[in-house]
Amino acid sequence: MAEVTIRDLRKSFGPVEVLHGVSIDIAEGEFVVLVGPSGCGKSTLLRMLAGLEHVTSGEIRIGDRVVNDLPPKERDIAMVFQNYALYPHLTVAENMAFSLTLKGAPKAEITSRVKPAAEILGLSNLLERYPRQLSGGQRQRVAMGRAIVRDPQVFLFDEPLSNLDAKLRVSMRAEIKNLHQRLKTTTVYVTHDQIEAMTMADKIVVMHDGRVEQIGAPLELYDQPANLFVAGFIGSPAMNMLTGRLADGGFVTGDGIALPVARPPAAAPGGPVVYGLRPESMHLGGEVPLRVEVVEPTGSETHVLGHIGATEIVGVFRERVRAAPGEEIRVRVDAEATHLFDAGSGARLSA
Amino acid sequence: MAGSSRGGLIYWLTESRNGLGLIFMLPAAVFLLCLLTYPLGLGVWLGFTDARIGREGIFVGLENYIWLFNDSVFRLSVFNTIFYTVVASVLKFGLGLWLALILNEKLPLKNFFRAIVLLPWVVPTVLSALAFWWIFDSQFSIISWVLMKWGLISAPINFLGEPWNARWSVIAANVWRGIPFVAISLLAGLQTIPQSLNEAAALDGATAWQRFRRVTLPLLTPIIAVVMTFSVLFTFTDFQLIYVLTRGGPVNATHLMATLSFQRAIPGGQLGEGAAIAVAMIPFLLAAILFSFFGLQRRRWQQGGSD
Ligand SMILES: Nc1ncnc2c1ncn2[C@@H]1O[C@H](COP(=O)(O)OP(=O)(O)OP(=O)(O)O)[C@@H](O)[C@H]1O
Ligand SMILES: [Mg+2]
Repeated sequence: MAEVTIRDLRKSFGPVEVLHGVSIDIAEGEFVVLVGPSGCGKSTLLRMLAGLEHVTSGEIRIGDRVVNDLPPKERDIAMVFQNYALYPHLTVAENMAFSLTLKGAPKAEITSRVKPAAEILGLSNLLERYPRQLSGGQRQRVAMGRAIVRDPQVFLFDEPLSNLDAKLRVSMRAEIKNLHQRLKTTTVYVTHDQIEAMTMADKIVVMHDGRVEQIGAPLELYDQPANLFVAGFIGSPAMNMLTGRLADGGFVTGDGIALPVARPPAAAPGGPVVYGLRPESMHLGGEVPLRVEVVEPTGSETHVLGHIGATEIVGVFRERVRAAPGEEIRVRVDAEATHLFDAGSGARLSA
Repeated sequence: MAGSSRGGLIYWLTESRNGLGLIFMLPAAVFLLCLLTYPLGLGVWLGFTDARIGREGIFVGLENYIWLFNDSVFRLSVFNTIFYTVVASVLKFGLGLWLALILNEKLPLKNFFRAIVLLPWVVPTVLSALAFWWIFDSQFSIISWVLMKWGLISAPINFLGEPWNARWSVIAANVWRGIPFVAISLLAGLQTIPQSLNEAAALDGATAWQRFRRVTLPLLTPIIAVVMTFSVLFTFTDFQLIYVLTRGGPVNATHLMATLSFQRAIPGGQLGEGAAIAVAMIPFLLAAILFSFFGLQRRRWQQGGSD
């Protein structure tokens, strides 16, 4: 276990810079999730941590060592690859024991470390199989087993669940989380799935185009998104964005519909403002007109697609909505749960 | 299936799976029979006769083989062939693998070098043999000239004139010609190994040598088996290079079975004896093929499905 500090890390491939100064502090034993859209540089950052990519500038510390120029084998890091990267010519047991075999560890020690790891992951009766003879989920567990046996300072995961089906993904999510609670090893986990990020992380790092947009606990990002990108990225269905301006201590959309604001920002800008409205912060009965287009009951809640003025809106209601398409219903907006952003910079207008 | 009705057989041939299969196989079978079996059979038959050029032979049983067995030149050619094949194949494998590993690294002008490596293989054998003939010339050899300039030797080396010099020289020429095939095939094999396996091994603490020894090499063995089988077969049956460079000389020191067979059969006119020498190569070739057959068998880790 160790803390990891990343300071102003930059990476260029030839003339193209793909990471533009990333700084992240990861505490000992913390489970950090890097999340962001495809191509934002998550894998690159992870591979730099592992020592598989050269650092262009900046600093990476693991524990109290600067590891910028250390080769992977000296960093004491285990990584689970997106395609698992199991050695096809070795059995499950040999795969898991590979690092120990390299060190020339005695047979007794190898068994005493592989066995418990296999038990934790439910691989005990697959130990003699070859990777080809395993299902995707089993391979994923072997890849994790190989990492666990190492007992490293830091675990790195690069989208380990993206090849699994939806159901297995949910159960593996819980398993990984469970494992972390048991082992308490510092973990950096990459995903582009914000639900995975929300459910697993102690701390989420939202990345976009090679920059860190916001770092915080899952609910912090949900409640206080620092900018429009984070606001739109975290939460599902995504936050509704209405453009308009502040007037008389409230918000008025471009087409003149008034929406409530909890605490208008002190220095209200005269320019355009974006009003962030979470789908789940709307309730039936109120004075905001919502023109319904599609109603999707899911059982526990009802999704409504429609328009407020000219803006397309998604609403999630706990109540059962009975409205025909084209009908206009009135909704109440939970003012405490709304967000205001500067339309120009995208930054949050803090109350 | 049974031909109970009148059109039974025709129906079976044209409509059933096996019947159609038979029909479709027929052209290939006839082709193989005419083009492979006939010449091969004729060769084997000639080996049991005392045929000469211009004279039909009569069956003499194993006489040719008994005679060859007591012929010191033939026995020397067997030794030469085995020596030539083993040494050249080992060198081709070692150097070819080394070259493949280098070409698989990220280096500038990679494609240019890959193309260059293929050159020795692309030039016609006779042409490269002629070039080597000149390089190995007893008076004008460039190697001798350079070594003399450096003051390492005082007189030109008689490359093709001394038995052991000649053996090593033809091996060098064969290796030079054969490396591209091995190197390019192994390079293709290396490129099928996912980069992430090497990265995983590096993270698991493997040194460069351990990565090669425990990841790359085991994953490459199926391809090595194929490539080296072909390489051994080509080398064992080599003819052109020797014939242009030494014609089997000096004093039969570089005669391979293939060249001796030709020498006895065509210029020497002893068709039966030449054929017998060629037939004597078959057991060796079969051994090589069997060896690769077992080497090539899919290893357990390559098999999917049940356990
Ligand atoms: N070896 C490389 N050479 C050049 N550009 C690269 C290289 N590897 C990555 N990139 C570029 O760097 C950027 C970040 O890539 P990266 O793989 O880190 O994205 P990612 O966030 O992991 O995306 P995904 O979610 O799709 O895996 C991309 O624009 C990509 O094109
Ligand atoms: Mg990636």
